[in-house]
Amino acid sequence: MEQRWGLPLVAWPRRLRPNTWDLVALPLVLGLLALIGWGSLAMSARYHVGQPLVISLDPWRLPEYALRTVLRMAWALIASLIFSLAYAALAAKSRQAEKILIPLLDVLQSVPILGFLSITVTGFIALFPGRLLGVECAAIFAIFTSQAWNMTFSVYQSLRTVPAELIEAARMYHLSPWRRFWRLEVPHAIPSLVWNMMMSVSGGWFFVVASEAITVAGQTILLPGIGSYIAVAIEQKNLAAIGWAVLVMFVVILLYDQLLFRPLLAWSRKFQPESSASEENVRPWFLIMLQRARLFDLVQAGLLGINHGIDNAIARLSRARPPFSGRRSQPSFERLYDITVLACALAAAAWLVVFIRAHVDAAEIGWVFVLGMITAVRVLVLIAVASLVWVPIGVAIGLRPHLADRVQPIVQFLAAFPANLFFPVVVVLILRFHLNPEIWLSPLMILGTQWYILFNVIGGAAALPAELQRAAQNLGVRRWLWWRRVMLPAIFPAYVTGAVTAAGGSWNASIVAEIVQWGNTVLTATGIGAYIARTTAAGDGARIALGISVLCLYVLAFNRLLWRRLYDLAAERLRLD
Amino acid sequence: MPAPLLRSGAICKTYQMPDHRARLVLDHLDFTLGDGQIVAILGKSGSGKSTFLRILAGLVPPSDGVVEYRGHPVGEPVHGIAMVFQSYALFPWLTVLGNVELGLEAQGIAGAERRRRAVDAIDLIGLDGFENAYPKELSGGMRQRVGFARALVVNPDILLLDEPFSSLDVLTAETLRGDLMDLWDARRIPTKGIVLVSHNIEEAVEIADRILIFGSDPGRIRADIPIPQPRPRAAQGAGFRQIVDQVYTLLTETGRDGRRGAKPEPIGIGYRLPDAAVQQLSGLIDNLSEPPYGGRADLPHLADEVGLGMDELFPLIETLQLLGFAHVSGGDIELTTAGRAYAEADMLARKQLFADALLKHVPLVVHIRRVLDERPGHRAPAARFLRELEDHLSEEEAERVLDTVINWGRHAEIFAYDYDSEVLNLENF
Repeated sequence: MEQRWGLPLVAWPRRLRPNTWDLVALPLVLGLLALIGWGSLAMSARYHVGQPLVISLDPWRLPEYALRTVLRMAWALIASLIFSLAYAALAAKSRQAEKILIPLLDVLQSVPILGFLSITVTGFIALFPGRLLGVECAAIFAIFTSQAWNMTFSVYQSLRTVPAELIEAARMYHLSPWRRFWRLEVPHAIPSLVWNMMMSVSGGWFFVVASEAITVAGQTILLPGIGSYIAVAIEQKNLAAIGWAVLVMFVVILLYDQLLFRPLLAWSRKFQPESSASEENVRPWFLIMLQRARLFDLVQAGLLGINHGIDNAIARLSRARPPFSGRRSQPSFERLYDITVLACALAAAAWLVVFIRAHVDAAEIGWVFVLGMITAVRVLVLIAVASLVWVPIGVAIGLRPHLADRVQPIVQFLAAFPANLFFPVVVVLILRFHLNPEIWLSPLMILGTQWYILFNVIGGAAALPAELQRAAQNLGVRRWLWWRRVMLPAIFPAYVTGAVTAAGGSWNASIVAEIVQWGNTVLTATGIGAYIARTTAAGDGARIALGISVLCLYVLAFNRLLWRRLYDLAAERLRLD
Repeated sequence: MPAPLLRSGAICKTYQMPDHRARLVLDHLDFTLGDGQIVAILGKSGSGKSTFLRILAGLVPPSDGVVEYRGHPVGEPVHGIAMVFQSYALFPWLTVLGNVELGLEAQGIAGAERRRRAVDAIDLIGLDGFENAYPKELSGGMRQRVGFARALVVNPDILLLDEPFSSLDVLTAETLRGDLMDLWDARRIPTKGIVLVSHNIEEAVEIADRILIFGSDPGRIRADIPIPQPRPRAAQGAGFRQIVDQVYTLLTETGRDGRRGAKPEPIGIGYRLPDAAVQQLSGLIDNLSEPPYGGRADLPHLADEVGLGMDELFPLIETLQLLGFAHVSGGDIELTTAGRAYAEADMLARKQLFADALLKHVPLVVHIRRVLDERPGHRAPAARFLRELEDHLSEEEAERVLDTVINWGRHAEIFAYDYDSEVLNLENF
């Protein structure tokens, strides 16, 4: 073997030698690492509750704030990713775990995201005394809660639907469980995981903005970021600053889309069993760079090596121990397990009721249910109005394929854009024209989520087979009959998906939309969102719990009684296949 | 005497029913695969042949009995036995090379050696040039070649083939089968034995040294036919046709209890009705009544003529027998008087004849109609009958049988069915 300085000279594999793409890739990666390092350091700066954090409205500070916001987003996304894989794997592999984890996920999904923030922030601060990290963690956790649940559901669904023959093939060719997870189950989950991740991040921007200005027991903590910048701008009635923030947010989301999700989406197509007809063959420039630059081959080789090492270690371990065979749990044990789980759930519920009843009287509890009803009416009316507006427009766009291709990314972008950035503008208008806040604050709830309806309707209309359209034309089906018999049934499944997402988002948004501020002026709409926001600001634990529980119940009830049924109807009768 | 290559002793498989009763699907299967043998397993759908293959593979544990590979018990997939799947079961995110290498990688074989063996296997099966293609870029035939390469690369003693050619068109299947047999006959692969599950009788007779005929409900070996002729066998040769006829006879003629030549016994409510569409039944009767058949046909010939495989043709033939429209013996099918009457009738009269036959021969139809007659509103939820069927059949089969009988009953206008409410009724009668 060739030697240099007494060490064997290992042949550098050809595919790992640098090429010209590395000229771009290397500085980019190093710069990114430096930024992450700097931002992470800043996250753990010293801090004591009560100490004011100064946010400057100087637009030149905005890039820095944007970076801090983006980093929070990134950490939350990484946490969500790890969480979703682990949680879903556990739920899919163990029937006992599944019985707890899946209903729990269903409930977690209906807890308003900003509710998590009010509940957890004190705990996180206590976890890292004397450091900003606790507050940062609380904010990241809030963003995490806006993303993790639906990503987890998607992974769980995928894990449950791995084709039986692929599992058999994996077993026939002796893949260890670890390898099976990474070579079969995770790849199978990737397409829908990436799609859900993109959707989650869209929703996440809203909450990143809302969670940076945290109120803990009457104390407002402003984490450096775009959200805090906006909060300060609102306090100082500075419309120009809000304009700058909107601009920067626009750029940030555009970059996220270009650098992260376009490449991810293109890459995830590799994991689909069949190439779909509508597949766009344009590969994003960033992905091309990633795939060509040798630097990333090196990283990939390293990661694969680590994975391989773990796998071999596990394989050695499992060879040492004979595999268990055909373990089947006893029915009696299972019944005992079910009873225990049920008892725990009941005990928790009872404890919650006792805790709330100790601080709040029955009349107020009743009132909170009424507040929930008021918000529910708002959500339903808003969905109806948004549907009346967007369904015809969505159909018109969807029937023109070229237009649809161009409009879809824009709509997606609009859905990602945090609508709360525009709240101040609406408030200013309400004040200016002396409008009734009970009515005119409501549209804020759907400002950001209406796009899901449009997006899905466009998708549904575009998916209607051309033959069906021709057939309808041929039969002379027109106007109202056409809507009733052709178009509405055709887009119904897609529409329901969009409406469910929009409704869920609106419930969540009610917490920030029913109470808004402009300088010292506070506008309030009666509703459960305002109730939660007020009690959170006051740090009133029992009432926060009450508000969130009631909101949760409403969301769950709506999901079960309304959306689930529409879903089933759509799946049963109006499928196109 | 050395232990046989692969042996199964008294394999039974039962499934738990919803009401905790056990349903027997495989009944005491004894089977030995000798060195150098190709064994084909034929049987109607639902005879458990695929389950049996998975038990041999160690993928499904038997409820009772043992599988031994060279004298060692098989409790889970073992080295030395490889399988090729009907739907290819390729990993879509791995290239051809990646798919073929996967099994070697799992065995811990190092990079260079792994690459060499994978490339060799790919060359052997005629896939050179496609190493870096993804499965979705390939045609069905090419994909199944990858399936074979993946199985052969681990140098298996035994190949288990689960209808590997049935997703392919006739020409592609023939080419791939021919290539595989060339490798086998020239001893270019180290494989010592092959078990092939198939629903193509000609395919089985063409390549197997032995054919096992499976009976249904519960699945068991009804016949074990040796084929001594050397390969390649001319498909039109007299010996070949004779065996094909024999297999057809075995698969169609026997009564449900397995006694040859026995008259079909009356069936019960929970009988696994075959999956047959009324349109196809009519078409088959038309075909049979017209020249060149004139009411009587040789089954292999008829299968060729109407272009249906065994899995599609047999349910139709069984239904014709059930309804008393045709009679099968000695590999021939003949229309009965009722069948001839049906052939000559017009559309409306056919409906009536079909309804008469259903009410005469299918107890489930009679039962449904009686329940509907007795109920005051003449309505009954489909779930009610589904539960009854589940006493006799698996959940999946029960649903299929109910779907079939609902289709027949609707066509014959014996009852009506509302899809939205899932209710059977007698409306508009």
